[in-house]
Amino acid sequence: MEPPQLEHLRRRRCDSAASVPQFCNSPTMIVMVGLPARGKTYISKKLTRYLNWIGVPTKSFNVGQYRREAVKIYKDFEFFNPENEEAMKIRKACASAALKDVAAYFSKEQGQAAVFDATNTTRERRAVILSYAKERGYKVFFVESICDNPEIIAENIKQVKLGSPDYVDRDEDEAMKDFSRRIDCYKSSYMPIDDEKDRKLSYIKIFNVGSRYLVNQIQDHIQSRIVYYLMNIHVTPRSIYLSRHGESELNLSGRIGGDSGLSPRGHKYAKGLATFIRGQNIKELKVWTSHMKRTIQTAEALGVQYEQWKALNEIDAGVCEELTYEEIQENLPEEFALRDQDKYRYRYPKGESYEDLVHRLEPVIMELERQENVLVICHQAVFRCLLAYFMNKPAEELPYLRCPLHTVLKLTPIAYGCKVESFFLNIEAVNTHRERPGNVDINRNPGEALQTVPDHI
Amino acid sequence: MLDNEEFMLENSPRELTQNPLKKIWMPCRNAHIAQRRVCMTNCPTLIVTVGLPARGKTYISKKLTRYLNWIGVPTKEFNVGQYRRGCLKIYKSFEFFRPDNEEGLKIRRQCALAALNDVRQYLSVEGGQVAVFDATNTTRERRGTIVKFAEQNGFKVFFVESVCEDPDVIAQNIVQVKLDSPDYIHCNTEEAIEDFMKRIKCYESSYQPLDEVLDRDLSYIKIIDVGCRYLVNRVLDHVQSRIVYYLMNIHITPRSIYLCRHGESDLNIKGRIGGDSALSPRGKEYAKCLRKFIQEQNIKDLKVWTSQMKRTIQTAESLGVPYEQWKSLNEIDAGVCEEMMYEEIQEHFPLEFALRDQDKYRYRYPKGESYEDLVQRLEPVIMELERQENVLVVCHQAVMRCLLAYFLDKTADELPYLKCPLHTVLKLTPMAYGCKVESVYLGVDSVNTHRDRPENVRVQRTTEDALLTVPAHL
Repeated sequence: MEPPQLEHLRRRRCDSAASVPQFCNSPTMIVMVGLPARGKTYISKKLTRYLNWIGVPTKSFNVGQYRREAVKIYKDFEFFNPENEEAMKIRKACASAALKDVAAYFSKEQGQAAVFDATNTTRERRAVILSYAKERGYKVFFVESICDNPEIIAENIKQVKLGSPDYVDRDEDEAMKDFSRRIDCYKSSYMPIDDEKDRKLSYIKIFNVGSRYLVNQIQDHIQSRIVYYLMNIHVTPRSIYLSRHGESELNLSGRIGGDSGLSPRGHKYAKGLATFIRGQNIKELKVWTSHMKRTIQTAEALGVQYEQWKALNEIDAGVCEELTYEEIQENLPEEFALRDQDKYRYRYPKGESYEDLVHRLEPVIMELERQENVLVICHQAVFRCLLAYFMNKPAEELPYLRCPLHTVLKLTPIAYGCKVESFFLNIEAVNTHRERPGNVDINRNPGEALQTVPDHI
Repeated sequence: MLDNEEFMLENSPRELTQNPLKKIWMPCRNAHIAQRRVCMTNCPTLIVTVGLPARGKTYISKKLTRYLNWIGVPTKEFNVGQYRRGCLKIYKSFEFFRPDNEEGLKIRRQCALAALNDVRQYLSVEGGQVAVFDATNTTRERRGTIVKFAEQNGFKVFFVESVCEDPDVIAQNIVQVKLDSPDYIHCNTEEAIEDFMKRIKCYESSYQPLDEVLDRDLSYIKIIDVGCRYLVNRVLDHVQSRIVYYLMNIHITPRSIYLCRHGESDLNIKGRIGGDSALSPRGKEYAKCLRKFIQEQNIKDLKVWTSQMKRTIQTAESLGVPYEQWKSLNEIDAGVCEEMMYEEIQEHFPLEFALRDQDKYRYRYPKGESYEDLVQRLEPVIMELERQENVLVVCHQAVMRCLLAYFLDKTADELPYLKCPLHTVLKLTPMAYGCKVESVYLGVDSVNTHRDRPENVRVQRTTEDALLTVPAHL
């Protein structure tokens, strides 16, 4: 056993001491398949974001991007005409370049999963990818999106294509027309994954944005998780509201953790939140809280039904529960320094790390994906983890995301990302955000350690 | 969901109290608090199996029922074959199932209706959340009847169809579960198989599998060839999503799961709970014996899992093979009672001690966890155990009780009192519809850490009554 101080910082990938086994054997190539405007890039980006958040280093490779590098100016759909030999050469070269980058990501950057985002609509192209992967010992999992609903396709085009660099100088009608003809170029040669001929391949076929799925030959844990995730996401417009509990008594005294009640200002916030929510006029809002008094008190003010999730409880600070930062520095200066060195992986003695929190919150994220309009009333560290998921923030940034009290964030998925609107409800509160100090060395002096501690009573 | 307007408050917010057993904060005015349980649907769900005989419907029904109950969704299965056996005391031959046997058809229809009636009773009256209607349900007509029944009663319907044409799998099924069925008690193996094959034939001609087009508005999963392929249509809610995920992770490849606790620890000897202590000398002895035992078992591709606590890791270290650490396998968090002896808990927290004895499953230690919390924490472990093949899990008493309860289908009331002594390995081998258990005591002495429920669980009981069942320690 290693010396206790270093134990919680020991993080190798395969014999990792993270919350869950890392299940890393061969890297996995997730290969998208489908006509243009079927949501491949939407799925690629979302899946990449999810996998990274749960701790599987993932990167997406969009062949369209490579093409835009190679062919500086996009003229029109003729580029995609299957008879256009010059263009075919370029497109093939782009796909190869992307594959090479996938290999580099796996071998040099320790990637675990790569999403190969292109149409891959011919058996021939897919065969090339399969043999490339086989040579290198990568697993391959196909994700095919099939959609023949013209409304969905039109909506796709509007949301993400019209704003694409390809159409930046076109007017809407022109762009729509050109893109439709682009889709036609692919249609004639499109060979969907065949349930008979391809029965040995591992894949999921998504029909009409999730009303039906066909899943074939799941090989391992990660593919099983990917399938579960893909089957839970949807594209119905909705908003997710994130807020912390109102200011609590322990917040006022600069103490972390605990299970205290709201301060008078916290109660005011709760009322303000109720007013705000009513004003938003949200259809069928679900409200979630943790099991801790302060979030429940906040929800009580809303006057609507709410669900309590133990998984939304604040990070367990173990032996540091209810201490001030000053007390932590006085009694456990080494722990305090270690935490500043790697705040994401640092686990409080007898407590949790942000990394543990993410694992704990995964079912919450999964259910958030399933739901529509939800208000989540939670805690600072929990909020940071959820926000990092929606805003695609990496582990290094996550523990330093700003999530002030008395501020509601409204997240609305749009295009490939998330629109964020921040509402400060105009009720004063202490600041609980502690920046990473300049000196994180174990031998630093208390002054340096406590430099960034926010004010409190 | 209740209307915003119904609960509108103009004045002060409701006071909160913390329920002493589960430590849940609730408003004093006892309004309904929705606590996050797995199934937040309002409508109960009717899961309907579909498939020819010997396609694993009952296997799936029982397994799914066991899983759902374990994660806290009250579920019950209704096997129409059982009703038929209840009705028709003696099974003569496959002729009963011939599609032109009017008498037989009448009885079978009655049995299906009787089962549906009991389903309604369970879901609408007895508070059940999910009912699994286990029958062939191979015609569209029969399924239409069920859908109508569900609509009338406000139940959601989710079909689980098992399609398989692999003769080896079917033969294996028949050998494993049909030959021992009450139907064939008086037949020899050959007779039974012959009759059963003819029975299957009776269904084949009228079998209408769920159709991608005709049944596109139904919610279902079609399992093809024992999980090579799945077709999933219109998953409506959280429970259905969990069911699909579960069904996609289970397999029938023969394998064994070995469960054991860490070797005896220093805190065990002192009669203290929780903590993160090291192995005692006897515990280290056990670890060595475990190594020998595992080697002798000659297990193919064994995976070894431990918690992140020192005592399980030390135990695994002795095995000399790679192991994976799961934080989820950590022992139940006893909160303020960590590292205390039962005598100390009784002295400092007699109320808590009594509450725990009153409802050990739901009782949450102050700033700690309950068995109920543990189960939720362990669900991903169970899911991965289902995916894996041969696994040795080195864990802790409360954790092992939760895992064992899942495999052996023990209720929440029994779970916290399952006997999981130190230095004993349980080998679980899935068989037929259940699990064979072999218990191997590795011959190394240890303290007993099992505390039975005392007679007197009242809050005002004497110290002596409270400590009656505490096992001996230093």
